[in-house]
Amino acid sequence: MTPFQVVDTGTGAPGPAPATPRNLPNRGGEANPSAKALQDRFGAAIKRAEVVWGETVVFVDSASVSEVIRWLHDDASQQYDYLSDVTAVEYRDADVPIEVVWHLRSLPFRRFLRVKAELQKGQPLEIDSVYDIYRGADWLERECYDMFGIQFKGHPDLRRILMWESYKEGFPLRKDFPLRGRFSRSEQLRQALAQNPEARYSMEELSIADAFAELPEDMRERLTKGERTGE
Amino acid sequence: MSKRTVEVELSTSGLDRHGKPQRIPLVTNDGGTAVALEPPPGIEPDLDGEHMLINIGPQHPATHGVLRLVLELDGETVVRCIPHIGYLHCGFEKIGEYRQYNQIICWTDREDYLNSLGNNVAFALGAERLFGIEITERCKVLRVIAAELSRIMSHLVWLGTFCIDIGAFTPFLWAFQRREEIYRLIEKWVGARLTTSATRVGGMAADIPSGWMDGLNRFTHTFPHTLDEIDRVLTKNAIWVGRTVGLGVMNPTEAVNWGLSGPMLRASGVAYDVRKDFPYLDYETYDFDVPVGTSGDVYDRYLVRFEEMRQSVRILIQAAERLPAGPVNIDDPRTILPPKSKATSEMESMIHHFKVVMEGPRPPIGESYVAVESPKGEKGYYMVSDGTSKPVRWRIRPPSFVNLAAIPKMVEGHLLSDVIAINASIDIVMGEIDR
Repeated sequence: MTPFQVVDTGTGAPGPAPATPRNLPNRGGEANPSAKALQDRFGAAIKRAEVVWGETVVFVDSASVSEVIRWLHDDASQQYDYLSDVTAVEYRDADVPIEVVWHLRSLPFRRFLRVKAELQKGQPLEIDSVYDIYRGADWLERECYDMFGIQFKGHPDLRRILMWESYKEGFPLRKDFPLRGRFSRSEQLRQALAQNPEARYSMEELSIADAFAELPEDMRERLTKGERTGE
Repeated sequence: MSKRTVEVELSTSGLDRHGKPQRIPLVTNDGGTAVALEPPPGIEPDLDGEHMLINIGPQHPATHGVLRLVLELDGETVVRCIPHIGYLHCGFEKIGEYRQYNQIICWTDREDYLNSLGNNVAFALGAERLFGIEITERCKVLRVIAAELSRIMSHLVWLGTFCIDIGAFTPFLWAFQRREEIYRLIEKWVGARLTTSATRVGGMAADIPSGWMDGLNRFTHTFPHTLDEIDRVLTKNAIWVGRTVGLGVMNPTEAVNWGLSGPMLRASGVAYDVRKDFPYLDYETYDFDVPVGTSGDVYDRYLVRFEEMRQSVRILIQAAERLPAGPVNIDDPRTILPPKSKATSEMESMIHHFKVVMEGPRPPIGESYVAVESPKGEKGYYMVSDGTSKPVRWRIRPPSFVNLAAIPKMVEGHLLSDVIAINASIDIVMGEIDR
C-alpha cells in the first residue's frame, strides 16, 4: 500500500497549468471544446451553445438530456466524471421557460461545462434523471424536486428532502410562491400542531419498525400498498 | 452481512520500527493480513432476523447539528441508514432573490458558520464575475488571507469535535485555544467574530488595521507548534488509529461518482483541489501542496485535514510577505460606496451613496458559477441576473450536503459506535446543508 502522500499538483491534466481567469467578456470568448464536439455528435438535439463570462453553456433538447450527459460522462475525449450541481432557474418573466441546469466537471481535462434544458411552463415539468450516471445526483435532484417540483424520471427515491414530507404549500423556489409562504402564521402554526408525529417517520422506516402492528389502520394499509412517504 | 474488518497495512503511522502495528486490537492471520473479526465463541448466538430501528438526533451532540439518522441495526451492525435533513431550512436561496447583492453577503455568513469569511469571499468572487469586475491586487491577497484563516478555523473546530466524538478531550481545548486567537484577529479586522460579512462586491468592508499583520505573523509562527502537539497526541495513538482506520472507505471511482469534494475526495486518492485545478484569487502563484490519502477511510480524512492546516499556514506566510500596498476597493462609484466623509460633503458622492444603497449595483444580464475550495469541499455560488439589482436565482452548491449524501454507503456494515466517527469525519455543518 502506498503511503499517505502530499502532492503539489492537481489532477495532473495535460496541457498548460490553469490560471485565474482575468478580464472575462460578458458574451463570447473562448468556448469549451466540448460544445463543438456535442454539436457535431448530436446535431439538432443541441439547441445552441454560448459563452457567458467565460463559462460555456450548452442548451440541450429536454428529451435527450440523459443521452447527452451519458455521452459526456462515458466518452474518452470528454470524461465529465464529476457532477458539481443540479439545479433549476425560474425567471421573473412568466413566459420564459424554466431551465434545469447541470454543472459538469471533467477532472482529467480540467474542463467545466454548464448544460441546460428548458421546460415550457404549462406542461408537466419532467426531465430525465442522471442518477444512474452520477450517484451524487441523488440528493441534488431530490432538492430540485423539493424546491421547484421538477419530476426527475428514473430517480428511484424522489421525495422531499429539505421540506418535511407532509408539506402541502407547493414548491418554495417557484416565483409564484410568496416569500412568507402561502398561509398565514396562525394557519402554519395550526397545521404544525395538527401534525401526526408518526408522520416524521417515512413509510419505509415504519415498515422495518417493530411498531408496525400498532400503527393506525390507514397507515398500515398505505404501507402494504407500497407507499414510500409519510402522512 | 458484512463483518467489520480492520486493515493491517496502515497507510501511515501507527506502526513500529518493524512496520508492525503497535498495540492495535487487530485480528490477523500468520501472514499479517487482516481477517474478519469473529465474535468470541460461546458469547451470544447471532440473533437472525431481529432487526432494531433506532433514531439518532435531530438533537444529539454527536450529529454536529440537527441531523437525524434512522438506523436499522442487526445487533450492533448497521444494516441500513436513512438520513433526514431540513430541520434548519431557512430558505436562504429564496430570500436572496429579494435582496441586493451586497445584502446577500450577510446571508452567506450564516450558512457555513464555521467558514463565514470563506463564504464571503466566495460570494463576492461570484458576484464580481457577474458584474465583470476585476478586483485590486491588495484585495486579492487580503481575501486569500481571509479564506485560509477561516479554513484553519473550520478545521480546528472539526478536529476538536472529532476528538470529542472519539473520546479524546485534550486536543479539543488546544484547538479551541488557537481558534480563539484567529477570532481575535478577525474581530480586529472586521469587528465581528462569527458573522463577519467581510467582503463587498468589488472589495472588502474594511482594510486591515495597522499592526494587524504582526498578529498574523505571530499566529503563523506559533500555530505549527500546536499542530505538532496535537499530532504527537493523536496520529500514532493506538486508540485513535484503532477507532478510525478502515472505517467508511470510499474508493476513488466511487468518491468521484458520488460527487464528494474537499478532504473527503482527496482522502480517497483523487487530487482534486479547486485552488489547483480551477484557480481563483491567483492561487496558482502560491506554493503549496495538496495532501492526498490512499485508503479513503476516516483516518486518511484526519490526515488530509491535518496536513491542510499546515499548508494553509504556508499560504498565509506567503500572502503576508507579498501583501502589496494600494487601494482595497475598486475605483467605481457605481458599485463601491464613497467614504463617509465625502458622502456628507460632496454632492456627487452623496448621489453615488444614495444610488448604491437604495437601488443597489446592477450587473448586466448573465450568469456565473464560481466555485472555491471551502474547508468542506467545492463550494459554488451560481447566480443568474436579469439586469436588475437583485438576482433571479442565487444557488449555493453546498459541499457538506453532497458529502453527507454518501453517509448511508459509508456506514452500512459498520458498528453503531463507528457511525459517530464516520459522521464526524464528513465534517458537516447543518447550516450549509439545510440553508
